[in-house]
This record gives sequence, C-alpha cells and structure tokens, in this order.
Amino acid sequence: MSTPPASPPTAAEEDAKQSQRRTFGIILRESVLEGNTVTVTVLALALAMVAGGLLAAFTNTAVLHAPAGSVPGKAWDVASATYVALFEGSVFNPHTVAALFQQASISTAIHDGYLSAVFQPLSETAVGATPLILTGLAVALPYQAGMFNIGGQSQFIGGAIMAAWLGYDVSMPFFVHVVVCVLGAFAGGAVLGWVAGDLKARTGAHEVITTIMLNYVMLYFLAYLLSSHSLLQAPGSPNPITPLIASNAHLPLIAGSNLRINAGFLIAIACAIAAWWLLNRTTTGFEFRSVGANPSAARVAGIKVERSWVLVMLIAGGLAGLAGSSVIQGTDFTLNPQSYGTYGIDAITVALLGRGKPGGVVWAGLLFGALHAGSPGMQNAASTPVQIVQVLQALIVLFVIAPPLVRAIFRLRAVRAEGAGKSISGGWSA
Amino acid sequence: MELELRSITKRFGPLVANDGISLSVAPGQVHALLGENGAGKTTLMNVLYGLMQPDEGEILIDGRQARFHSPKDAIAAGIGMVHQHFMLVPVFTVAENVTLGIEQADRVGLLDRRRTRREVAGLSHRYGLDVNPDALVEHLPVGIQQRVEIVKALVRQANVLILDEPTAVLTPAETEELFRIVRQLRDGGTSVIFISHKLREVQSIADTITVLRRGKVVGERPPTATAEELASLMVGRDVQLRVDKKPATPGEVVLSVAGLTVPGEGGSKPVDGLSFDVRAGEILGIAGVQGNGQTELCEALMGLLPTAGGTITLNGRDLTHATPRTRIRAGVAYVPEDRTEDGLVSSFSVSENLILDQYDRPPFASGVNLNLAVIAKNAEERIAEFDVRTPSPATPAGSLSGGNQQKVILARELGHEHKVLIASQPTRGLDVGSIEFVHRRIVEQRDHGVAVLIVSSELDEIYALADRIAVMYEGKITGFRDPGVPAAELGRLMAGGADTAPAADTAQPADASPAADASPITGTGTPEPAAQEES
Repeated sequence: MSTPPASPPTAAEEDAKQSQRRTFGIILRESVLEGNTVTVTVLALALAMVAGGLLAAFTNTAVLHAPAGSVPGKAWDVASATYVALFEGSVFNPHTVAALFQQASISTAIHDGYLSAVFQPLSETAVGATPLILTGLAVALPYQAGMFNIGGQSQFIGGAIMAAWLGYDVSMPFFVHVVVCVLGAFAGGAVLGWVAGDLKARTGAHEVITTIMLNYVMLYFLAYLLSSHSLLQAPGSPNPITPLIASNAHLPLIAGSNLRINAGFLIAIACAIAAWWLLNRTTTGFEFRSVGANPSAARVAGIKVERSWVLVMLIAGGLAGLAGSSVIQGTDFTLNPQSYGTYGIDAITVALLGRGKPGGVVWAGLLFGALHAGSPGMQNAASTPVQIVQVLQALIVLFVIAPPLVRAIFRLRAVRAEGAGKSISGGWSA
Repeated sequence: MELELRSITKRFGPLVANDGISLSVAPGQVHALLGENGAGKTTLMNVLYGLMQPDEGEILIDGRQARFHSPKDAIAAGIGMVHQHFMLVPVFTVAENVTLGIEQADRVGLLDRRRTRREVAGLSHRYGLDVNPDALVEHLPVGIQQRVEIVKALVRQANVLILDEPTAVLTPAETEELFRIVRQLRDGGTSVIFISHKLREVQSIADTITVLRRGKVVGERPPTATAEELASLMVGRDVQLRVDKKPATPGEVVLSVAGLTVPGEGGSKPVDGLSFDVRAGEILGIAGVQGNGQTELCEALMGLLPTAGGTITLNGRDLTHATPRTRIRAGVAYVPEDRTEDGLVSSFSVSENLILDQYDRPPFASGVNLNLAVIAKNAEERIAEFDVRTPSPATPAGSLSGGNQQKVILARELGHEHKVLIASQPTRGLDVGSIEFVHRRIVEQRDHGVAVLIVSSELDEIYALADRIAVMYEGKITGFRDPGVPAAELGRLMAGGADTAPAADTAQPADASPAADASPITGTGTPEPAAQEES
C-alpha cells in the first residue's frame, strides 16, 4: 500500500491509518489461515489430542457403564485425567514441588532426592527422546538426499552389537571406554547404511527394499549371536542376553545419580546440530540437498550423485548406530532381543513429524519421548491403557502427513508453492 | 464414419497446448498430424480420446456433436487409440490382453476363451496382422505388440484408429510392415490418424497432412508437398529476430568432435559417427528437426551419456571419457535443453542455483564450509549483471518465469571460466524480450573469443546466431552451410536430403555478411505474444 502524504491529519490519512490497522489484522489472520506447515502441525497435534481424548474416554469402562446422563461428565473426567497424568509424567508434576518445600531445609531436600523428583519427568522424557532423535536423524538426513531409509532397525542393531561387545569384552579406563564404545556403535551402524547406499549406487537396487531386507538379516543375526555362549550370550544364562557392560563404558549421568538422563542425550542434540550444519553449511550438504531435490540437475552440474547416496546412507547408519549405543550404554547396559524396540519404525514417524529437518526431528523426538515417559502414569491415574499413546502418536503423524485433511477440517486455504505435503510425497520417487 | 474437430482449445495454466484446432478426417483415409515435440499433437489426441476435456470447441461424429468424458465414451463412438507406450499386460496372452475389460462370459459365468481366440484369429487373418492369440505378450517383439494394440482397437469396433508416434519404437522393417497394415485398414474403410514428426514416413503413408506448430494448425498439405515445405512449416518462422553482430573472427579450433557415436535403445544410434570443429570466436549452429539426435549429442558432449565411439577434445585435451565435473572444470559452459529438469534445482534459491556447479570451489567454499557471505554477494552481482527479475536472491528458482530461469542458468554458466559454450534450445518457450537478451549474451561470448555451439530446432535462431550452420538428420550431419543459405535448402537437408553443395565445414570466410541481413526469411506468421512464455 502507498504511504499517505505528510500533511496534517486529514480524513484521507485517517482512512489510511484505518486500513493500515485492518491490514495488520488481515495479515495476522491470513498467516494463521494460510495453513502453512507450522500451523498445520500445531493443528494436527490438537486434533490428535482431541481424538485421543475421545478414544481414552470411550474405551474406559467407567464411562461405558455410567448412566446416560452422566456420560459427558465422566468422559471429560477420564480424558482430562489422562492428559494430566501424561503431562505430570513427562514434564512437571506439581506434587513434587510441594514435597520439596515441605522439607526442613533445601540441603536435606536435595540430599534426600526431592529436588531430583521435580526434574524426574523431564529426565525421563530426555531419556526416551534420545534414541528417537538419533534414529529420526538417520531417516531425515537421507530424506534430504532423496532417499528413504527404512533400515533404522538394522543399523540400530549393528550399533548396539558393537556397543555391547566392546562394553563387556574389553577392559579400558573410564571415558576412553565410553568413547571407544560410542565410536564402535557408529561404525557398526554405518557399515549397514553403507551397504544399502552402495547397493543403490552400484546396481540401482532401491534403498527401501534393501534396508527392509537388512532389517531381517540383522534381526536374525542378533538372535544367532545371542544364542551361543561362545558368541555374545552371557555365560551361564539360559536367556538370549549379553553380559552386563563394564561400568566404565556407561554413558555418564549428567544430573546426579537419581536421574537417568545421561550423556547420550547430549550426543543426540550434538548430532542434530551437526546434521543441521552438515546440510546447510557445508559443500557435502549442498550436494546432498541438490541430489535430493533434482538428481539430474545435480549430475549436469558435475555432482557425483552415487557418491552422495553412499555417503549419506553411511552417516545415517552411523547415527542409528549411536541410538543403539545410547540404549545399551545409557539405560539397558545389556543387549537382548527387546533392546531395539520399535525404534526403526518410530524413527520414520519422528522424521515425518519433524518434516525431515534436524531441528524438527529434535522437537518430534522430544514430543514422542514425552508421550513414552508419561504413559505409565497415565495408566495408573486414569486406567487409560498405554497403547493409547501409540494411537495418539499414529494420529498425530496421520494428521501431519495429510495437510489437506487438516485444512479441510479447519477450512484453511492451501499453501502456495511448496505445501506441507511436499515433505512426505517426494520420498518414494527416488 | 466422418470425424470432425472444431476449434479445439486446451490450456494448461498459461500454456496453450491446443489453440483453436480444427480438423476433419474423412472415412477410409490416413490423416497425418505432423509437428515437433510439444506442438500439441498428443494433447489433441488425448482430447479426442476422452482422456482430457477441451476448454473450448467440439467434436463432431457424422455431423452430430459428441462428448467424451472418458476413453470409454470415445471407444463406444468407434475411436481406438494405440499409445506410444503400449498399454498391455506382459504376463497375459494376446487373447487375454485383447479382451481385457470386455471379457465375454459363457452361460455358467466362465471366461469364454474360445470365442475370444476365434475373434482375434479372425481379425488377424482379415487384416494380415499375423498374431498368435495364445502367445504371451512379454515374449513378443515390439512390432507385434503394436499389432496386438491394433487388434485391441479393432475388436472394440474402432472406425477411427489413432496411432501416436507408432514408428518411434520400430525397426525399419517393422515400420514397413506397419505401413502395409495401415494401408489394408484404410482400404477396409477404417480412418487412421497417424501422429509423427518424421517427414518421410508421413509423406509415404498419409492421404492428407495437417501440420501443427505451437498448438496451432499451420497448414494442410497433400502428401505430394515437398519435404522442404513441410519442414519449414513445422519449425516455423514466427518472429523475425535481429541480432547486431559483427562478422566472426574465428581463431584456433577449441572443441573438436570426431566420429562421435552414442548408442541408444535396441541397437539404434541417436548420434552416428558425427564430426565437427568449433573454433574460438565463432558460433556453430546445429539445425534440424527435433528428435534427430541433438539431445543425445549435447548430453554426450557433457559426459552425461556414454559414447560408443569417437573422440571429444577441448584444446587438444581428450575429454571423451571425462566426468561432467572434469569437463566443467576444463572450461565447458552448458545451457541444457530442459532447464527445469537439468538446469536448475527448482526448490533451491536463486543464489544456490547460481553456484550449483561451483559450490565446492573458492571463493564459495573454504574446505568443507560454504561461504554464505560470498555466495550472497555473488548472487547479488549476478542478478544485477544479468537482470534477473526475482523478488530476492532467496526466492526458489522454480517460481521465476522461464526467461528469468534461463538468465540464472546463463549467469551461472558464463560466470565461471570457460572456453566453449554449448547451448541447447537456449530460447525455447521464452518471450521475445528474453530471447533478445539471451541472443545478445551468446554473441557477446563469441566476440570474447569463446567457441559457441548452438543447438536449435528454430530456424530463425540458427539464422540469427550462427556463423556456420550444420544440419543434423538421424544422428548424422547432412551438411555444413553458410548462414546465407536459403531456408529451402536447409529444409531439404533437415529432411535427410543428400549434401550436394560444396562443403563449408571450414571456418567461414571473414567477409560473410551478418546473418540477419542475409536471412531470406520474412515473418509470415503472427509475432509471438509474450504470454506464451512457459509457466
């Protein structure tokens, strides 16, 4: 709009001011209504929460057997209790603060662990988020180079095997041992990523297929290793489990002995920062992004597309291997067939929610870590089953990857040019 | 059946693929649609076959208006289409493919295979198609697969058969067979619409030839029309381009191509033993109807396609097997034919696109780190120098207009040290203003002593820029000419005519008059509106 002429306040100028104010209001409203990626993500979260709350309420026997009149009230009680418990278990529980201030003095309170209790939910969230952030990065980084890494599980297992083996079979001083195990885990994962990348570069084998198949290979390879006492199985144990790793190989705790938060979380954050730096500030990252956005233009410009595929998968595998290290050296201290959990699949969810960007992956990892940390309390307080959390996760991602659905529900306009859906749609074409 | 199209218009955003096309096909006639790639032939047939709805215009069958909402309607009206890429199920037999979608069931609801086989065999015999109903499609050669497609259309009682670039995948012998079948169909009363950009074929098979260019009908000719006339209709002479240009002062040979052969699919040779030299300070223009190996030539020159023979040397250095990066570093600047696919990363910012092939060299990188400040400064300088109209250097290159995208590519390619400039279709889809800009820059390069190779299917462009013209036909150069050559002569060479004139493949004499003055072309078509710029 044009600037009004510099003259005493005239009717025209008043009009201009008015329209300026209106414009600001319109801009604000439009920025929300336009349905850009941030808006869509926030609304998707809200929608998923509502749906999850309804699900929690209407699967609850107390609600189902309540007299018709009191159903809405009861449903509200259950849903709110669920989310309160979720919040208290993952972020902050007011009771712990109250308990802290009931103590005679702050020093005894700290000594008796009351202060730790205040931070315990956040610590658990961070612990839960650590492997999710690392495996999420292992999906997000190849995604930027136009590849879809489904092999988080195999790479995780590769890293975990190395971390566990170096952890119990080698004796080294503290810190050196930690570093050796962490680097070993990176290498263990990187090898598996490299195999998938190299197969694609040399033969054109699609990485989605090869990484899925490698998941099976590693799954049964681990089962084999854990089935023989001459390999990784703990001596004398009838169960498929490795010996405990040496305490020198434990990732150091960073907030006192009462809290499980450890250096693994710092490694995850450092990796996210490094991944951001790699992608946005280095020549290698420039290659990755060009190859991901338009491989033929990258090739014409002299970029070695195949080399980028191999390198990005190698790094991604290493990151997933680090996730294995964070579990073995940070919380479990031993390796068994449950160690890898569902990290391989959750990683895809985290990367999708984080829109394939390192920063987004950190937020998504923290969110899912919080959901994990809060779910046991949720079951105790509101007798909402922990599986609801998994449904909630699925719903969040479902809404996030279907922006037209969210826009339709909230009657938002489609974004210009690069829509929210773009981050998802491209992945399979490579 | 009499088929008529009346002023069919089909738009894709700002692009007008079909612009008021009218066409009538008489029964028992082979009607050829001739035009270059992108002239709108396939779009028109997709409209006729019900795959797309026209924005304006109507289709008349035997004088009655028909509306096709889907291919089903078109098939019901007696129209059959054989796509360029066959729509067959490889693991099914011929008979199964033919009946797919119109399966006949017997009284107990089982597939009536016997009847199908009988029908296929009958049709096959009647038209001399010679296909075995029980053969698996995946075991059949391409030419026979095409016949299966024809049988498919005939079983559905097609009176009008559309063949979309039917000879593109055929060997010469298979082509002859196809022509025999087409003639037999025509004699049986079926109309055939034959889409092609190959002059010779069209001349030998068609009863009527309609030439399309840029979505418009530019002429209807009998098959007796000369190849030169058809060629010049196809490539057009819309805009009269004038570039102020001094006579060239050619220097040493910079780029030398000798016996270059590029292997294609199925033993074909898109580039077949091609040789030429480009000297410093001259522009060699490669003219020719598109699809005669120009694309493959450029890609082979850049190291994007493997070669089967011949050498490429730059200032005496053998680059035949060098990687694209080595060639860029050795001083090759390249403006690719398909700018959105090969020239730019659309989602990248303008400033990132400006360093797409220089990102890892100083001053843009030190070690592995990108120097964002230098990259930003470079972007601002280039944007100003090349007058790129962009809201900001951070704007995604894909959101710029075609002309500005091309300026970004030129700014990047001419920004680094180079000895030779290879530009393929440098002004395709651009508005007149951008064309002028690009042409000026190219001539400027020549005057700075760069060896320039221009590949263009636009005759005007060749006339406006080239100091020497080479005409390419079926992977070979059919002749070198001076820019003063009449368009008819180029047309003859573009149609594969023998090279009878004395060769001009040495550097042209320094006293040659500027091309624009010598150009015999005059604007017969309407000047191109700026709106035709690509989206």
